[in-house]
Amino acid sequence: MSAQAFRSIKDIPLEEYFTPGHRACQGCGETIAVRHILKAAGPDVIVVNATGCLEVISSPYPYTAWAVPWYHVAFENAAAVASGIEAALKVLTRKNLISGKKIHVVCFAGDGGTADIGFQALSGALERGHDFLYVCLDNEAYMNTGIQRSSSTPYGAWTTTSPPGKVKPAGQMTYKKDLPSIFAAHGIPYVATATVAYPLDLINKAKKGLEVEGPAYLHVYTPCSPGWRIPSEKVVQVSRLGVQTGMFLIYEVENGQLRLTVKPSRRKPVTEYLKMQGRFRHLSDEDVERIQRLVDERCAKFGLPPLEAST
Amino acid sequence: MTTDKPTVKNLPIAGIIFVPGSAKEYNTGAFRSQKPILDAKLCTKCGMCWVYCPDGAVFVNSEGMYEINLKYCKGCGICSEECARKAIKMVDEEE
Repeated sequence: MSAQAFRSIKDIPLEEYFTPGHRACQGCGETIAVRHILKAAGPDVIVVNATGCLEVISSPYPYTAWAVPWYHVAFENAAAVASGIEAALKVLTRKNLISGKKIHVVCFAGDGGTADIGFQALSGALERGHDFLYVCLDNEAYMNTGIQRSSSTPYGAWTTTSPPGKVKPAGQMTYKKDLPSIFAAHGIPYVATATVAYPLDLINKAKKGLEVEGPAYLHVYTPCSPGWRIPSEKVVQVSRLGVQTGMFLIYEVENGQLRLTVKPSRRKPVTEYLKMQGRFRHLSDEDVERIQRLVDERCAKFGLPPLEAST
Repeated sequence: MTTDKPTVKNLPIAGIIFVPGSAKEYNTGAFRSQKPILDAKLCTKCGMCWVYCPDGAVFVNSEGMYEINLKYCKGCGICSEECARKAIKMVDEEE
């Protein structure tokens, strides 16, 4: 397996398998990620797509933005359908009905389709060991239906179903579900997190996840311009700040070995990340301190430098 | 009433779309209120605009230069923000 398939931006293929003309919002973070993951997969791929933003924006009938075979399935069963496709491909290859060329199966789902509704199907598929790549495009709420909270929404975020008020001043009062850790605990060969600001890291991880034998899980943090209340041109910048402040930890777990792939040398305070986004506008100083403390604790566990030393 | 829209009788089963990537025909340039202008003299061909474009609207032309396809560009401004040389300027669309 080639460890670093794409060494520079110039190595990324020019072909678009997720074609222009899709109807995503201006500055959609999700589509940047999808473009690059499909470039890593190439033309021999079958895509399974759970309901969510991605499905809605890419397939208003009679148009499709997909230049590869694509299935749209319900919220809860993307991983189950991918398992079936993978099993069918295995049988067809065994019976010599298709050429022996490896056909990748990639699953795209949002954080709602992964953390909430599609959780059990994915857990089952990972446990059975089907050979596919599951990509969770985490924009931290149900953006497609109008910004409702999901279990992946971070503490303190405003959404339409977690509005800050007198009783719950922070908005979302619960903490983000740590999905990559949950799926790493399934003991699958490859789990990774990535974000759109580091496209080479993202595309290499997608490639690795596709080439690995058995299931792979890729968690991509994709900022959402309308949902996070950020101007469309700041989407990539927010994603980069998420990494630099330690809000997003970019790592991979390969056969149980954890390795940070993007390691910020100087960690910025979380306020820089929070201040850019309208969904954190209402936060009090105590709330910001609490988020900073949680991020510090988590970063210490991953071996990132403490904030004091880095300023 | 005559209409040229397809009906249930002549649509394929399950609404399968047989043309891959047919969204290319759709004009998303109408989303735009500002358009990016690339200054070729400043461009170092680093490719950041191409990498970060959510719409795949940036392409490499026959001379190897990056160019923006205004049919698809939605005017989000990411390319202008991420360009290291500030070679892309966002200007207002005018009637």
